[in-house]
Amino acid sequence: MNAVKFLFAAYIITWVIHSFYLGSLVRRFSRLREQLKELQKK
Amino acid sequence: MKRLFPILSVVTAVLLAYALYLALVVAPTDAQQGDVYRIIYYHVPSAWTAFLLFLINFVSSIVYLIRRNPKADMLALVCAEVGVVFCTVVLVTGPIWARPVWGIWWAPGDIRLTSTLVMWLIYVSYLVLRRFSTSAQTQILAAALAVFGALDVPLVYFSIWFFRTQHPQPVIGGGGSMDPRMLHVLLINWLAFLCFAFLVCWSRFRLELLHREVEEAHAMQSLAGDGVGARASVPLSRSQK
Repeated sequence: MNAVKFLFAAYIITWVIHSFYLGSLVRRFSRLREQLKELQKK
Repeated sequence: MKRLFPILSVVTAVLLAYALYLALVVAPTDAQQGDVYRIIYYHVPSAWTAFLLFLINFVSSIVYLIRRNPKADMLALVCAEVGVVFCTVVLVTGPIWARPVWGIWWAPGDIRLTSTLVMWLIYVSYLVLRRFSTSAQTQILAAALAVFGALDVPLVYFSIWFFRTQHPQPVIGGGGSMDPRMLHVLLINWLAFLCFAFLVCWSRFRLELLHREVEEAHAMQSLAGDGVGARASVPLSRSQK
């Protein structure tokens, strides 16, 4: 039973890592789009 | 192309959910390790995906060094970054599996584990170089680093054949036997992770295109201004084409 905790921990941590990375991509996308809009306004 | 991305996203999500179901429910329990062995369904496909991405990084870097093709440079950067994410998953899930099976989180001095950590550090240093260097030669230096860094990839893969290690023998071609049902689930999981990696690389590539577009806009604006090149110096060096 105790070993199953390790199994679920591994699966959850995998998706946490991927989610963090995807989140960073989304943040970078929105920041760059804002920068581009500002540059086009000028 | 705009329609293809959401379709592929849905297909990947379904495939990942199906692969998870196979890994947790359908795959038989290992007689020795019990259910904890199921970590391999995430650990091994992540490792294979990271190897593949580092291989693409290697080939793209060589293409860039020969032809100075900016698309090849972008592909190399994208594959290194996504490869580091998958390699991080490998380095985290491995110790989580080792703790209940070996009784320790990490085997110090083990060639497989150490070479994998070194590989991760090499590609992290590649990304740090790409991120913080403002030299006009950054792309060339990074491509050279990627070519030399790639030498560690076969060392990681073949280390279990050539050196004594605690790490289990390879699933395919290692002489060990694996239940065909387990192998089937493993390959489905790899396919799911490959699709996921492809989508992430696609998104990251689009981000890189946007990034270079912004840098060019900055440079053009600086050139169109009073000629003060302070702002233009960094963007020009990073988006050299």
